[in-house]
Amino acid sequence: MPKDQSLSQLTLWLLAVRDQRDRGAFADMFDYLAPRLKGFIIRSGSSPALAEEIVQDVMLTVWRKAALFDPHKAQASAWIYQIARNRHIDIVRKESRPVPDELGEDPATEPDASQILALEQETVRLKHAIAQLHPDQKEMIVKAYMGHLTHQEISSQTGLPLGTVKSRIRLGLGRLRKELKGLR
Amino acid sequence: MPAITHHIPDEMIAAYVSGSLPHAFSMVVASHLSYCRDCQAALGAHQAAGGALLETGDAVAVEAGLKSRVLAALDSHVVPEPVFEAKGIYPGPVIQRLKGRPPRWKSLGMGVKQDILFEDSEGSARLLFIPAGQAVPDHSHNGLELTLVLQGSFSDETGQFGVGDVEIGDENLEHTPVADAGDPCICLAATDAPLRFRAFMPRLLQPLFRI
Ligand SMILES: [Zn+2]
Repeated sequence: MPKDQSLSQLTLWLLAVRDQRDRGAFADMFDYLAPRLKGFIIRSGSSPALAEEIVQDVMLTVWRKAALFDPHKAQASAWIYQIARNRHIDIVRKESRPVPDELGEDPATEPDASQILALEQETVRLKHAIAQLHPDQKEMIVKAYMGHLTHQEISSQTGLPLGTVKSRIRLGLGRLRKELKGLR
Repeated sequence: MPAITHHIPDEMIAAYVSGSLPHAFSMVVASHLSYCRDCQAALGAHQAAGGALLETGDAVAVEAGLKSRVLAALDSHVVPEPVFEAKGIYPGPVIQRLKGRPPRWKSLGMGVKQDILFEDSEGSARLLFIPAGQAVPDHSHNGLELTLVLQGSFSDETGQFGVGDVEIGDENLEHTPVADAGDPCICLAATDAPLRFRAFMPRLLQPLFRI
């Protein structure tokens, strides 16, 4: 695949790790990802010590499983997010999560470079939509995507009455959804 | 394979992605995803949202030694985890739980058999074997139940369920599923009974990706 300028830096690093086992690219990716992963994991309620352990495990898993990364199917950040969730849960539960079989390419669509770019652009717009959220709304959605939090739990953790939490999630999603509608 | 017509609700896919879905239900969701491109697309959308949140979130500095520890471990030999792939009628997540062995059926009478694959405080998952014309045993009437068809089909008041289809039942669903004529119906069924299903993704996330 050509090294296109419109691919995100994260995708380029991941492809360099996948195709060349590029340690320099991995080290750069570590500098970018590790603090974000740690911040993300801490916000799920994990201690900083556990977060460090999970970050180490996730980064090593990214290195070992890079061959499975396919930019036609998933954006780099989406692929790493799912690894982070899986490793977090596997470490806490000490048991492997069930993961789906690969379905292979959809016979209806030819894989091509424009597909990768379309996914990249979608990610950029999604990040833009998230950046537009009020910090409180963003916090709620982050917690939902970190798992283990029901409405009730979000409510008791933040000390907010349930109605307010729900309306914040709804407001946040309303804006996200409007942005996402524009993607179709 | 005929088209799948009964899918996993989006909120449940989101709960699966984030890891808040109990293990027994995750087995059914992952198994359905092993058949279904539509639900894999929904999975991809939620993963993208998770990825975007990861990238745009606040960074917290890692301890000074972490990077060198990770870089030093790149060459360490790791025994790869076993990978369980679909085998016969069973998708990978079922083969994983069976550890690659065939099911160990236990008779429930009338030719109906089961193999309990998993059980914890949040729920249980089992394989069910139902000869043509026999009723699918009720696994619960006071909780959530997911029933995924792996072979054959069954029908009830709400419709017909073939390979890859999943029926979602709760205490509000009054139904009498019966295996259709032909091959015995084999299902993967999960239930949270008697415990309440408590860890769902907020319901409000549901409409997000299926607009
Ligand atoms: Zn589906």
